[in-house]
Amino acid sequence: MAVMTYAEASRAAIAEEMRRDPAVYKGLVEEFGTERISDAPISEACIMGAAVGAAMMGTRPIVEMRFSDFALCAVDELVNQAAKARYMFGGQTRVPLVVREPIGMWRSSAAQHSQSLEAWYAHIPGLVVACPATPADNKGLMKSAIRCDDPVVYMEHKNLWGLEGEVPGCLKAAEALAARGVEAEVIDLRTLWPWDKARVLASVERTGRLLVVQEAVSVAGFGAEIAATVAERLHKALKAPVRRLGAPRVPISYAPPLEDVVRVSEAMIVAAAEGLVA
Amino acid sequence: VNERVAPNLDVERLSAHHRLMWRIRAFEELALEGLKEKLVLGAIHPSIGQEGVAAGVCPNLLSDDVLLSTHRGHGHTLAKGADPLAMMRELFGREGGNCGGKGGSMHIADFAVGMLGANGVVAANIVIAAGAAHAIKLKRERKIVCCIFGDGAINRGPFLEGLNWAKVFDLPALFVCEDNGFAATTRTRAMTAGDGPSARARSLGLVAEEIDGNDVQAVDLAAREAVRAVRDGSGPRFLHLHTYRLTGHTGADPAAYRPKEEVESRWQDDPIARAAALLESAGVPAKALAAAKDEAYREMRAAYDAAKATPYPPVEQAYADVQDVGDPRREAF
Repeated sequence: MAVMTYAEASRAAIAEEMRRDPAVYKGLVEEFGTERISDAPISEACIMGAAVGAAMMGTRPIVEMRFSDFALCAVDELVNQAAKARYMFGGQTRVPLVVREPIGMWRSSAAQHSQSLEAWYAHIPGLVVACPATPADNKGLMKSAIRCDDPVVYMEHKNLWGLEGEVPGCLKAAEALAARGVEAEVIDLRTLWPWDKARVLASVERTGRLLVVQEAVSVAGFGAEIAATVAERLHKALKAPVRRLGAPRVPISYAPPLEDVVRVSEAMIVAAAEGLVA
Repeated sequence: VNERVAPNLDVERLSAHHRLMWRIRAFEELALEGLKEKLVLGAIHPSIGQEGVAAGVCPNLLSDDVLLSTHRGHGHTLAKGADPLAMMRELFGREGGNCGGKGGSMHIADFAVGMLGANGVVAANIVIAAGAAHAIKLKRERKIVCCIFGDGAINRGPFLEGLNWAKVFDLPALFVCEDNGFAATTRTRAMTAGDGPSARARSLGLVAEEIDGNDVQAVDLAAREAVRAVRDGSGPRFLHLHTYRLTGHTGADPAAYRPKEEVESRWQDDPIARAAALLESAGVPAKALAAAKDEAYREMRAAYDAAKATPYPPVEQAYADVQDVGDPRREAF
């Protein structure tokens, strides 16, 4: 299999799906022309709303929001319209759209271009939330998202665009922990709705310990859902309290030291994990 | 031949409009009765006095054409061909409603007749309409999209975004501003800068016409022409139809923010009475006009009674049609 970066992977997935299905539109102008790959005015609400209308008419639009921060201009269209149409119209329609909302901190992008808002959408019935972390997942999940009949919020991490192979962060931390004799099982959830609850519960049953790591603000983040689920189900199996590691509840700064201080680092993951086995 | 009758009066066509307006009026009056009887459970937004818009515009659409409506959408939905019994069931939250009782008045939709939904969010349907028209264009179909919204909608961003989109992509969309003078409980004029809906549409390059929306014949003519132009591929068009909301914003709103005399004088401009007067002057017997009204009330009363006798949906339906993946249920321990 060709080695591709994280960014190339989602692009390849879109191209393959567009070749397979003429109802998919967005993307790659040279191959598919300006009809299926359309430019758009800077009209987030209309981009998202038009995707809802087009999806209800039997197409499979892929929407590019550039940043999850910008997609906030189109939350009504996503939350009140896309997520609700199938249900509130009693199953008369489906809204098979994919909205790409890249998330996460990258260097000095500050408060309006750095947020990780995945928990907002995991909270909304009707939406699927995908967060691929590797090139392979970015290709596979994008294809699944395009074929999915429900609206999918597709959140790629901007810092992974150039990545080939596996993700840094938790896996690196796990290697460091292994060197210190602590065996950590790393679970990458890939999707937050639905999320692989069974796999997390099985792991905690084995280890008795759980550290939830996310880049997003900890307060009311998706990690809280995971921690609560484990606490509700497995409190007797726990050998240590469930820990969460995420950002403090502050906006992201521009100045590198201020940005770095809120970022979850490998060292922080290692330290937190060691605290669980101490 | 009565000399006072305009030579272009199409008695048969106007009679159909007259019947349709009575059906809408009867449906909504019974819906209001249902509200009093606690059969209609949530808010309803009557379009009493505005029937000329629904009856003048919607019959010009083919069944394949797509209609998007507002929270005040009973008339549009009926005029697009939806079954009043299914609609009444929807308003009563019953099984067999258009949306299985899950949408109610504000989310009424009937995809089988191309009615892609009322919308509980002002102006939200405009951008959805742009997308539906975009899909039609991509698929090279002859259908058109008709999007009806109120005068309040023109002060929301999606109005600008959706009209701009429809124009730059040259889409088969007819935008209809049903201007009843009120944005919910506020006079729209006082809250709207500039020259209003048509001026804004023209500023984006859309052909826009301003019509007396209570003159169902004029609405019909303008809509017919606009639908033809849009279908022929000349890009989006805009109709600004002036009317007046004779009831409150919702069925529960006494509308104390406007003088009684104003409402009384606007009743003199009732689109149904205007159509009836024209028909009478063309020689249609008063008996036939009264029969149209009686027939409409009989039809809607039957729908009312049948809806009332229909059960609520089974509770299992709360979990149906959420999405394909993930279990939406509460966890059991």
